[in-house]
Amino acid sequence: MKTVNVNIVTPDGPVYESAVEMVSTKAQSGELGILAGHIPMVAPLEIGAVRLKKEGRTDLVAVTGGFLEVRPEQVTILAQAAEPATEIDIDRAKEAKQRAESLLQAKQDNVDFKRAELALRRAMNRIDVYENRM
Amino acid sequence: MASLRDIKNRITSTKKTSQITKAMEMVSASKLSRAEDNAKSFNPYMNKIQEVVASIATGAKDASHPMLSTRPVKKTAYLVITSDRGLAGAYNSNVIRSAMNAINSRHSSKDEYVILAVGRVGRDFFAKKGMNIIDSIIGLPDQPSFADIKEITGKAVGMYADEAFDELYMYYNHFVSAISQEVTEKKVLPLTDVAAETGSMTSYEFEPSPEAILEVLLPQYAESLIYGALLDGKASEHAARMTAMKSATDNAKELIDSLSLSYNRARQAAITQEITEIVGGAAALED
Repeated sequence: MKTVNVNIVTPDGPVYESAVEMVSTKAQSGELGILAGHIPMVAPLEIGAVRLKKEGRTDLVAVTGGFLEVRPEQVTILAQAAEPATEIDIDRAKEAKQRAESLLQAKQDNVDFKRAELALRRAMNRIDVYENRM
Repeated sequence: MASLRDIKNRITSTKKTSQITKAMEMVSASKLSRAEDNAKSFNPYMNKIQEVVASIATGAKDASHPMLSTRPVKKTAYLVITSDRGLAGAYNSNVIRSAMNAINSRHSSKDEYVILAVGRVGRDFFAKKGMNIIDSIIGLPDQPSFADIKEITGKAVGMYADEAFDELYMYYNHFVSAISQEVTEKKVLPLTDVAAETGSMTSYEFEPSPEAILEVLLPQYAESLIYGALLDGKASEHAARMTAMKSATDNAKELIDSLSLSYNRARQAAITQEITEIVGGAAALED
């Protein structure tokens, strides 16, 4: 099967680089699946997992605050933070989840709900990706 | 002339100081190489984001965004990047002086500008001058990750969007080489020159629309500009400290040499004097 090069880069450096058969992820406008030879496209991504299918297995990468740039032979994902499933610090993610949940439940006026909610989504995304890893 | 023991004390204390400065020099040298690595690993991200922003800005001319358009300037923000600690030669004073010059020449009243201070030295300086510091961040690690500075970049970009200020300038030391750093002024917001530096252009499909992408992309782009400047500033800081400590070590060596010389002279003078006294005494007995 034809493959497409995928690069995931964050401000702290490249995270993932490989040739894969299919990239699928959730963009803000809905689920996206990209094969080799796709027309050039740019789309912002939701906080979520990027699934990279190659040679019968699927690599998962948790991505926060990113967007996707597609060219026929090259897919680049730029994200503020990204971790492959194997590198996720699960204890830290669980702690972050608890912290965010207690902030949301406290219902105090001085809590920034939007921020807490985003933190919760990031943490849950990491936990999901970690638990679905191959 | 100082006594033998005084000179000896000064030599020992200078030696101790030079040991410390030598150690600091070596620490900074290793931090500098790490900081350079960080800046290097940040480059691919920066290049890519620049490329995409440029191709959207040129490809979809009708797409507008508040960050791309200049508005009448009522308030200017200055982001000044300094270090937390001193002993880095002229690193901090250069950047502060250049920011102060710009502020003094552009503004007549304190209501026209605000300061975002990175680093304790800068924050303390501007606070002492009674300037309006809207945000400051201190205690940044030597190798900052994007998460460490997310707060200040997010805030700076958010305040621009809320029209708390209408333009944002950055002052930092640009790392040229280990012995040379240049104070740089950079206009971050509004983003006026995004389309300037590009090579090949791809025309993209935008999903869902160019506006929606600019909405996500431009804040990220502005934040990464600031992050890039911080990494640059950190590399410069370590380089400046390394150079400063190297010259301090050299000066200490020179001082030790000249002190040793006067120590030996004083010792010789004391011996000569003793001999003269003995000879004089013997001569007196002979008579």
